[in-house]
Amino acid sequence: MSSALQAEAGQIDVDAIVVGAGGAGLWAALELAREGIPTAVLTKLYPTRSHTGAAQGGVCAALGNVEEDHWEWHMFDTIKGGDYLTDQDAAEVLAREAIPAVIELERMGLPFNRTPDGKIDQRRFGGHTRNFGEGPVRRSCYAADRTGHMILQTLYQQCIKAGVKFYDEYHVVDLLFEGGGADQGGRCSGVVGYKIADGSLHVLRAKAVLLATGGYGRAWRVTSNAHSLAGDGMALAWRHGVPLMDMEFYQFHPTGIVGIGILLSEAARGEGGYLLNGEGKRFMETYAPKLMELAPRDMISRAMYQEIRAGRGIDGKDYVFLDVRHLGRKVIEEKLPDITDFARVYQGVEPISEPVPVQPTAHYAMGGVPTNLETEVIANAAGAVVPGLFAAGEVACVSVHGANRLGTNSLVDLLVFGKRAGKRMAEVCKKTTAPTRVAGAERAIRDEMRALSTRPEGVRPAEIRRALADVMMEGVGVYRDEALLANAVKEIQRLKAEYQHVRVEDTGSVFNTDLLEARELGYLLDASEATAVSALARKESRGAHSREDYPERDDVRFLAHTLVWRGAGGAPATKIDYKPVTITKFEPKPRVY
Amino acid sequence: MDVELKIQRYDPERDSAPHWETYRVPVEPMDRVLDVLTRAKELHDGSITFRRSCAHGVCGSDALLINGRNRLACKVRVEQLGKSISVAPLPGLPVVKDLVVDMDEFFGKYRSVLPFLVADEPEGAGERLQSPEQREAYDDTTKCILCAACTSSCPSFWAQPEYVGPAAIVNAHRFIFDSRDQGADERLEILSNEDGVWRCRTTFNCVDACPRGINITKAILEVSTAIGSRG
Repeated sequence: MSSALQAEAGQIDVDAIVVGAGGAGLWAALELAREGIPTAVLTKLYPTRSHTGAAQGGVCAALGNVEEDHWEWHMFDTIKGGDYLTDQDAAEVLAREAIPAVIELERMGLPFNRTPDGKIDQRRFGGHTRNFGEGPVRRSCYAADRTGHMILQTLYQQCIKAGVKFYDEYHVVDLLFEGGGADQGGRCSGVVGYKIADGSLHVLRAKAVLLATGGYGRAWRVTSNAHSLAGDGMALAWRHGVPLMDMEFYQFHPTGIVGIGILLSEAARGEGGYLLNGEGKRFMETYAPKLMELAPRDMISRAMYQEIRAGRGIDGKDYVFLDVRHLGRKVIEEKLPDITDFARVYQGVEPISEPVPVQPTAHYAMGGVPTNLETEVIANAAGAVVPGLFAAGEVACVSVHGANRLGTNSLVDLLVFGKRAGKRMAEVCKKTTAPTRVAGAERAIRDEMRALSTRPEGVRPAEIRRALADVMMEGVGVYRDEALLANAVKEIQRLKAEYQHVRVEDTGSVFNTDLLEARELGYLLDASEATAVSALARKESRGAHSREDYPERDDVRFLAHTLVWRGAGGAPATKIDYKPVTITKFEPKPRVY
Repeated sequence: MDVELKIQRYDPERDSAPHWETYRVPVEPMDRVLDVLTRAKELHDGSITFRRSCAHGVCGSDALLINGRNRLACKVRVEQLGKSISVAPLPGLPVVKDLVVDMDEFFGKYRSVLPFLVADEPEGAGERLQSPEQREAYDDTTKCILCAACTSSCPSFWAQPEYVGPAAIVNAHRFIFDSRDQGADERLEILSNEDGVWRCRTTFNCVDACPRGINITKAILEVSTAIGSRG
């Protein structure tokens, strides 16, 4: 039995806490530091390991450096790309504030690629168009195909410069509330952190807590996501009465490496790459004649499945080709060096002379913890704020991505709303009193973790994790229907019951990854349940949610955000509500490209 | 196919010294060492401990000594290694448990070279200009993922743990040669001290170890030259 788990918990009082050190968390921390707010940033990794660093293609902002562009066009593309489920006030904030955010990153030192006259260079990306859909526009600002890496590095560098206090390798295992959970009007008052190095618990109290923990792509078998992406922040909030919003909208990126899901950036198509079926034909002609390979991701992933089902995969198999050979060695090596390396290392394929086999891979959660425009977490369809709790980046749902996110808008989201989170939290910290100290605030989570690490026999986490990945892949993938989803809900609930008997082999205190992976599996199960339950309830097709039994979009019944609450005491989730979509400038229309 | 996986194990709560354990693990041809480690943990012993996150060579978590060379476990395919695989923690860094090393000093050295843009000019309205050629001057060193494979492969670092090491110099280079930066003098001063660039003996171990293909020795030489030309 871990002795450190029995020791008295450390006590740390700050004004603000940031959970997660990807792009959103780091920018929030930077704003808080600028305002002089005592802040603790907790990350279960080292900050530079965060998954923002895996983003490749670029960050869109209507700078107009290489051709005419306007934020209104970016806003429209984001709304249409989201199949009109996007909240339009949020899309406006996103598109407007992308411009100063990118300029500020440049001023922080981000090494963007440059035009011949020294300005930030821009390239095409899926779904980003000129003049409200006329054709592709060059909007994506980029640093080769490692834009996310450079954003993560640059923001971390600035945090070091600003003296931000990091708690590296602290795993946040619980949120603290006073006055009841979020559904009872309670206030978030801090977190419990587990120090991975020695297994000790630490109670951190604060006036404002930001969830910036990213997504949960590890729920699926084929995924582009890091092992660390287990839905931590979503599950922790859900367990304290916060609903999750629009979880049925999960993006499958079209061009993953076959079998293992590692991403080959959309930048390959932005630079002019083709998608070819088994007959050597650019099949997107049939599905999106205007934008072709630069159609939004949900449409391309579906088109790939259609081709494969019709027997037009490569050699009749379950993949197609991404072909960049015609771009030439110079473009491939200078603008797409990393993904070229991925194809060589992980597939043994040489993109300069061979087409690359690809298939859709689980990639991004459009849904998550619901927030308002100030990143304050909300508790219900009326928008009641949960005091003290904030969310930004992939963990959050503002909603700027609606039913389908456009390429690069994940980075835009975490920059714009990470910055907003820091500013709003600083305001809140200045006018709020500190939460009261409560003895034994960590007791519940301590008992839970003790039970997990002392169970003498039971099922190993890996078995449940594998079963879950199969259930999500088969039942909650690109195409869905009533039978698949009902079965997925049932299976996830069975796995949740089995998880009550999960057994950890490592009983030590020092760097116990076995224990942490078991905790993460619990988060994955929660996020998966919310996803499947929401998908079963939405009887229409919209964006990334494609029901074969309800193939049409239904604006009468479902032009609304799904909210789903966790069942009491871990019982099946049954409480669902719908929140209206905010429409300002663009009335919903059929979505064709 | 099965491989024989040898892992250097050490649990500070049980062991007085590191020792080797051997596991037989089934593999697929396209598996990477990280897949094999994960499978050994699942099949044989849940307490096998290592760091990992992105699993495709961009986060820098899983740099390890694999068959005698520092590499990322997620970037080495099993078929490149044969039927016998040995995995140990990065050399020269304190071992926390099994394959996990203490990275605090490594990151401390990174922080010591002012790894951030220093530019005092007043906040202007727009972006600064930088020509493609100016940007090219530091492109290579922007690729660093701070995995520590280079520093922990360096004989000078093994002999003198105070040596700031190749990774920190790479990150200093990234700013020294950025046309927008004004902190070069201060960084060159830091790197000209006795634990700075002069400890490099150009053995090229770092270049060989870098999973990002950075020409580290070239970067170190450029920094040395810049120190020399300061007079």
